[in-house]
Amino acid sequence: MTGERFRIGFLPLVDAALPVLAHELGFAAAEGLTIDLIRDMTWATVRDRLLYGHTDAAHMIAPLAIATTLGKDRPAIPLAVPFVLGLNGNAVTFSTRLAAETGLTGELGDPTRIGAALKKAADARVAAGKPLRFGVVHRYSSHNYMLRYWLAGIGIRPDHDIEIVVTSPPFAADALAAGEVDGICVGEPWNSIAVDRGVGHIALATAQIWRRGVEKVLAMRETVLDERREEVEALVRALHAAAAHFIEPDAAAESADILARAEYLDAPRDAVLRAITDRIRLVPGGDPVHYPDFMFQYREAANFPWRSQAAWLYSQMVRWDYMAFSGGEAAAASNVFRPDVYRAALAGSGAPLPGASSKLEGGLDEPIGAGSTQGRLLLGSDRFFDGRAFDPDDIESYLAELP
Amino acid sequence: MRIAIIDTSTTRAAIISDGLREAGLDDLVLIDPDGPLVAQVESAKPEVVLINLENPSRDLLEDFFAMSRALARPIAMFVDQSDAEATGAAIDAGVSAYVVDGLSKQRIKPLIDLAVRRFQAFSRLQRELDDARNALAERAVIDKAKAILMKRRQIDEPEAYALLRGQAMRTNRRISEIAEAIVTSEALMGDME
Repeated sequence: MTGERFRIGFLPLVDAALPVLAHELGFAAAEGLTIDLIRDMTWATVRDRLLYGHTDAAHMIAPLAIATTLGKDRPAIPLAVPFVLGLNGNAVTFSTRLAAETGLTGELGDPTRIGAALKKAADARVAAGKPLRFGVVHRYSSHNYMLRYWLAGIGIRPDHDIEIVVTSPPFAADALAAGEVDGICVGEPWNSIAVDRGVGHIALATAQIWRRGVEKVLAMRETVLDERREEVEALVRALHAAAAHFIEPDAAAESADILARAEYLDAPRDAVLRAITDRIRLVPGGDPVHYPDFMFQYREAANFPWRSQAAWLYSQMVRWDYMAFSGGEAAAASNVFRPDVYRAALAGSGAPLPGASSKLEGGLDEPIGAGSTQGRLLLGSDRFFDGRAFDPDDIESYLAELP
Repeated sequence: MRIAIIDTSTTRAAIISDGLREAGLDDLVLIDPDGPLVAQVESAKPEVVLINLENPSRDLLEDFFAMSRALARPIAMFVDQSDAEATGAAIDAGVSAYVVDGLSKQRIKPLIDLAVRRFQAFSRLQRELDDARNALAERAVIDKAKAILMKRRQIDEPEAYALLRGQAMRTNRRISEIAEAIVTSEALMGDME
């Protein structure tokens, strides 16, 4: 029953959990699949292996799947995303020096209030001729877009008042320690490792910037999806089952054991466990703070590839690549997310299936029931920190109103 | 044509640069993997950059190229896509190439082919080296086992070796495996008498 094989590329991050657990705990085997996991250290290599057939699918930062499809930096190769591996789970971490300057405490603070303190520090550094510098994991990452969204929203202009550079997650703590960057926005466990090493203080969870922000996705070449459609649907079911298991409180310890292993994250188990259980140690030596939905892997149809999420990422690509909006590109970007495959894969299961493929992003203050073709779907608050909402049908007006 | 080589293995970097020099491409810059990457690449002003696929600095390098393009700086490089097959072969061999815009396909292709051959040669060398290391380690274990047998059974070396080989043949295992079992059991039980 394990005839169909998927080689899946990944980076050592906590949110690679679903393909890893699908392999380790038999969810793939239950669907008649075998998963081979291919670990790399850069997104460039994860992408290249996917494009040149070393892998069949990949754990990938969502904007990179869109950039590859649109042909940013290289000839376009269409990718498809039938499944979202999770929402949020990243953090913004300041160097100990910047944390002291901005008065970070042992609690998760308000993004606007921390932003005001950061703006003061940023202005002072610009005046001194040495602007603040933050590291993000990739140019085409949600980390980059979330960080920039927050900075611009609190009056710090990215690329003008602050430098943003690329720092690979496993080296982010070193970069903080060496003073190469004043802050980082990376995935777990790398923020927690910086805190445990005493070189950083977590300032914000990205979930405070956008409560339901799309993070890693399962990406594959569109041709692979077309040729192996039934197997891909089986893979979606395996990952969905892994997600249901992953969020069970009783499963956390075992998940941390597996993920911490050398062949996966090769990272301290305790830091991995804290991320999985939404308990974040903000300051060196401090007690972990519970922040619900720090990582968001399953509930509210979190794995459903909303086309409006892809559209939001495209809007930020336009914004920060300083390019002109194109209706054709916006459509191509939205089409990378494939709710049709997700629905077909999970039809007949108990999984809630949204009736719509697109929604207003950031429009919900309170949990609300949403239209579904199967199961009961409840959506929680999905607010952006500044209260703006994104209408995927009017990206241009949205962009015009952003700071 | 100036070529910059970025490789986490200095041995492989040397093998590649030797090959390029032999082919008459001698305008080479070896980037120090421990130094600041971007500053070195920027000052080298290469027309081609070769980097090993597993280099942890690839995302940083690609970001630098993207920034350079946006700012229309002279070092605005692209992932080499001039020949899909050659690019695929390069990825298979474990090397990624970036080239400045406008560099002709005829000039890039032989260079990529050469880099691929050198990367493959390096992998072969490494395999041979690993094999040699393993063989050496196996020989050491066999020598140890022989010494144990000679001492315990009061026999000479040819007889000890014959014992090992006979047991290996009967149990359909390798001599080194039998030797390892003897060395292990000696370590565990050697002091029982």
